[in-house]
Amino acid sequence: MRSYAVQRAGLAVVQLAVLSVLVFVLTSLLPGDAAEMRFTETLTPSQVAALRAELGLDQPPAERFVHWLGNVLTGDLGTSLISGGPVADIVRDSIGATLVLTLTTLAVVVPLAVALGIAMGTRENGRLDRAITSVTLALSAIPDFVIAVVLVAVFALKLGWLPATWVGGDLLASPALLILPVGVLLGRTVCLLSRQVRAGTIAALNAEYVTQARRLGVPRRQLLLRHVLPNAAVPGVQELARTGDTLLGGVLVVEAIFAIPGFATALVDGVETRDVPTVQGLTLVLAVAALLINLGADLVCNRLVPRTEALR
Amino acid sequence: MWRVSEALGRRGFLGMAGGAGLAAIAGCGADGGAAAQPKQGGRLRAVYAGGGAKEVLDPHVQSLFVDIARHKAIYEKLVELGPDLRPVGRLASTWEHDATATTWRFTLRDATFHDGAKLVADDVLYSLSRIVDPAVPERVAQSSLATLDLKRSKAIGASKVELVLTQPNAEFPALLAGIGTHIVRDGFKDPAKPVGTGAFRHVSFEAGRSLVASRYDGYWDEPARIEELHILSADSEARATAVQGGQAEYANDMTATFARTAEAGKTVRIVASKASTMQAFVMKVDRPPFDNPDVRLAFKLVADRQRLVDVVLAGRGEVGNDLFGKGYQYYPADLPQLERDVDRAKSLLAKAGLAGKEIEIFTADASAGFVEAATLFAEQVAEAGVRLKVTTGSPQTYAKDLLTKGAIGNHRSGAMPIPQYVTDRLLSHSPFNVTHWRRPVFDAAFAAARAVTSEAERSAKYGVLQKTVRDEGGILAWGLPDYLIAVSAKVQGVQAVPPNTLDQGRFDKVWLA
Repeated sequence: MRSYAVQRAGLAVVQLAVLSVLVFVLTSLLPGDAAEMRFTETLTPSQVAALRAELGLDQPPAERFVHWLGNVLTGDLGTSLISGGPVADIVRDSIGATLVLTLTTLAVVVPLAVALGIAMGTRENGRLDRAITSVTLALSAIPDFVIAVVLVAVFALKLGWLPATWVGGDLLASPALLILPVGVLLGRTVCLLSRQVRAGTIAALNAEYVTQARRLGVPRRQLLLRHVLPNAAVPGVQELARTGDTLLGGVLVVEAIFAIPGFATALVDGVETRDVPTVQGLTLVLAVAALLINLGADLVCNRLVPRTEALR
Repeated sequence: MWRVSEALGRRGFLGMAGGAGLAAIAGCGADGGAAAQPKQGGRLRAVYAGGGAKEVLDPHVQSLFVDIARHKAIYEKLVELGPDLRPVGRLASTWEHDATATTWRFTLRDATFHDGAKLVADDVLYSLSRIVDPAVPERVAQSSLATLDLKRSKAIGASKVELVLTQPNAEFPALLAGIGTHIVRDGFKDPAKPVGTGAFRHVSFEAGRSLVASRYDGYWDEPARIEELHILSADSEARATAVQGGQAEYANDMTATFARTAEAGKTVRIVASKASTMQAFVMKVDRPPFDNPDVRLAFKLVADRQRLVDVVLAGRGEVGNDLFGKGYQYYPADLPQLERDVDRAKSLLAKAGLAGKEIEIFTADASAGFVEAATLFAEQVAEAGVRLKVTTGSPQTYAKDLLTKGAIGNHRSGAMPIPQYVTDRLLSHSPFNVTHWRRPVFDAAFAAARAVTSEAERSAKYGVLQKTVRDEGGILAWGLPDYLIAVSAKVQGVQAVPPNTLDQGRFDKVWLA
């Protein structure tokens, strides 16, 4: 177990290094730089040139990367080329909304998907199974932005029950702001997750140890919770880690549609303004988060069904 | 020796135009008598296109509409622009100049900063020195105020300031009304703690999100009616849903498509400033095939302007006459509209040896309608026997790329005084000379005209220069889009005036019915 963890950590460091280089090279390949992006038509070319020198963009790219890397190793994410403030501030200011959004979604999606998955798995090919399957599949087949537009049109603009956008809103004052964005993210994730739990449940129910337990007269409730669920949850937990990626893609769309000042918005702004240190800092934080989530998922699976370790 | 600038004799026109704006609003809304009685109090949330971390609180570093709106709430300029882009006094109540328009004296209004200090001449001198400080290249007005000689400029008592130029310029007041020319307190250092003379005091600011400001009761002009002002950032879709969903009361710069939907409902009203910006194709006059004047004329003749306006602008605009600034001061309104003549265009193109040839048009999704306009124009040019191939570039760098790339491309311009447009785009050394129009004779004639102190005489000289550009230049200004603002039904007092003018985004004048 320990050597496995060390191996995983080493791999993570290599992955982060490669990612940093890639992000730097890719953002450098985009046309234009931060000096130009800051003022396209209000600053004269000579002012832009002066600004470029001030921002250090006239230095060779390799030098700028090494400088950035040196700072990161000392825990400093650097300075935004656009705002002139620390990148850490941009991370701090933007991460809150995204965290609230994803954690709320997870808090809703996990119990919901597990309940739906078990309900479907225990009634394989029954009427309920088919009904839930149809609805969740349909939801996952519709693109996020379509769901979002429909939800906004109906619940915000037509019925006026819920706020249509985060513009002019304050999450603390009106938690209702969360409902529509989380609704959209649910549509994307609940299907995949519940399918995995369903498949796991069916596989577990057909396993010999369950048949044996049934023969021994273990009550159905205990059978499901003690024996079926932990085994059924393994693919679900692994899927949940992948849901992280899906959620990130979804958050991007959702943040744009509801004008949520979150991580994805900051990242898109960073790319659009060629703010390389900000893009670098944000992707680094995201990558670390993704690695931790996957590691966490592996460890949880290991705890749920200890024998999987032996299989590695 | 001193003469009062003629610009000050135009109050009558300003008042009239303001009235016309209000009439236009009353025509759109179904509010009847509610508009008559301004009400006090309330909160107004205005949404503008955002710029993320690019948004700034420093009034001398601005380029986005959202920055301009925020700074306008807190700070003021010496001079602003009226609805026809003519200078009108703000913190300067009057001004006068010497016989050559090289030395100018501005008399300051009795205004008070938010910290209680009176506005004095030293504040003005400090503000100008802060703007032109070469150590900070992003202060935007640096190049337009390059001829200001601060060493020879001085305070004359507390309420008068004398500004000296290195060359004569009768348009100097308009330069003081440009972007990034606000007056700050003498010694102002920290942009995060704004102290201005404007109608609102700063409460809080978050780049990419919001400015919150509260009414300043000591405002020299009539204090604002609303209590609290929020100026928020959001993209076009979010602005639309916010103003429709009641989460904002004012949404800036809306699309024609949105205007159509909004006008079908009752919750949102559209305030349209007619024909107040410009959309054009720009041809580089030094590059083949457009180095041939016949080809430029042929392209101008083949453009079906009305169709471009109907399709690309969804009908929300007027056709252009290949000139910037229709309706603005100095616009030569007597020039006849250029009409479509495909046969003549065809023969001109054949004469130039272009029949059946292919030309590239360089476009990008940098501004609403660019790619659509280029694509539609290609169909129109095909009628004259020339193929126009549409190639697209990077939206973010398009404005700069176009200065050097391609022979023909898209151009749009917001509202600004005509002399400023010429200075920026049509002189040999203009930083944004997108048509490569470089004629020393034109430069000299423009410099001479700008130094003429009689407005009528100056206007006549500008008129001749503009006719030359229209007939021989590379600007094919096909359309003048309306500038659209959406307000919720209860918002009153919003004027239909071009962007960058005094009464655009005047949140001290609006009220909630």
